Amino acid sequence: MLEFMYKNRRYFHHKDFQKPHHSHSGGGGSMGGKNRDTREIKIVRKILDVNDTIAQQNRKLFREKGVFVINVMSSPGSGKTAILVKTLSHITPKIRCAVIVGDICTSNDADRLSGFGAPVVQVNTDAFGGDCHLAAHVIQTAAGNFNLDEIDLLIVENLGNLVCPAEFDLGENLRVIVLSVTEGEDKPLKYPLMFRVCDAALLNKIDLLPYLDYDREAAVQNILKVNPEMQIFEISAKTEDGFDSWIEWLRQKVR
Amino acid sequence: MHEMGIAMQIIEIAVASIPAELKNAQVKRVNLKVGKMAAVVPESLHFCFQIAAQNTPLCDADLNIEQIPVKIRCENCNIEWTVNEPVFICRRCNGGSIKMLSGRELDITSIEVVDEHD
Repeated sequence: MLEFMYKNRRYFHHKDFQKPHHSHSGGGGSMGGKNRDTREIKIVRKILDVNDTIAQQNRKLFREKGVFVINVMSSPGSGKTAILVKTLSHITPKIRCAVIVGDICTSNDADRLSGFGAPVVQVNTDAFGGDCHLAAHVIQTAAGNFNLDEIDLLIVENLGNLVCPAEFDLGENLRVIVLSVTEGEDKPLKYPLMFRVCDAALLNKIDLLPYLDYDREAAVQNILKVNPEMQIFEISAKTEDGFDSWIEWLRQKVR
Repeated sequence: MHEMGIAMQIIEIAVASIPAELKNAQVKRVNLKVGKMAAVVPESLHFCFQIAAQNTPLCDADLNIEQIPVKIRCENCNIEWTVNEPVFICRRCNGGSIKMLSGRELDITSIEVVDEHD
């Protein structure tokens, strides 16, 4: 087979070409008289650059409209929604908020987050193929539901997942990771990308510490190993312990 | 978990990169650079790619994944090193101002195309 092949290295950029109208005649073996050329075509492109491009458009739009955006991520059940319910109760209506909440199914979280005067959009990713994360185009569409001129802070509650959301820029200003003390202390070492890309970590459910064998110092040290510049707040969404410093930090950022 | 979406993006980019003058082009190989800290499992990407590539010019293509190590630099003392564990603390000054130089790549670098013609 190699006798008909030669390496013809020609470099093209993908944008140099129209999308071809491709025709296939089946398997197409090398019959008599046919030549086969092999060539390498350089591309050098980020696989997720479609997402990155839309994220940059989002970022530009949010900046123009004076909207500060945070992307809140965690594993399922760490208390994202409970934290956001309490956070909204502290900062609205002084800070005008809106929320985009992502889940594979149900509008339960949107129901819990309603009632603070902040518009809430629920995104169910099953309509997008059961995705495990929110992508920039989903935020772009969801943000179309808000009057951005009347919003200071857009809170995005991502899907419960410590892997995929870390890879998708949404156009946010800040990323917040929630880690609850009912999860392992070593989560930051197991999911380093997530802890690396975030700016603040909320160590939640500290009201449960008396009942757990949780080494909170180890958890904090593990977060700081992966991301020494992480802002860490130890909080309880139930008792609101530690909320003052988290809320004050958020207020400073939004200003 | 999002490897299927990534596989579909790879196919879209590759198909759009086949020169228009190649009428019967088949992609034989797709060359990728994937950082060790990209949220991608190569085995899972191979599996999804095989399924997504059916009935496309990439149906017989191999994914060639070059894994890129995680290289970091301390912004204080400017030393660079490769990490195998997720510890981003300077080993000289213990500082935490660390810049990632590589390890998050998720790039398609080239495709290798076979074209048959008279």
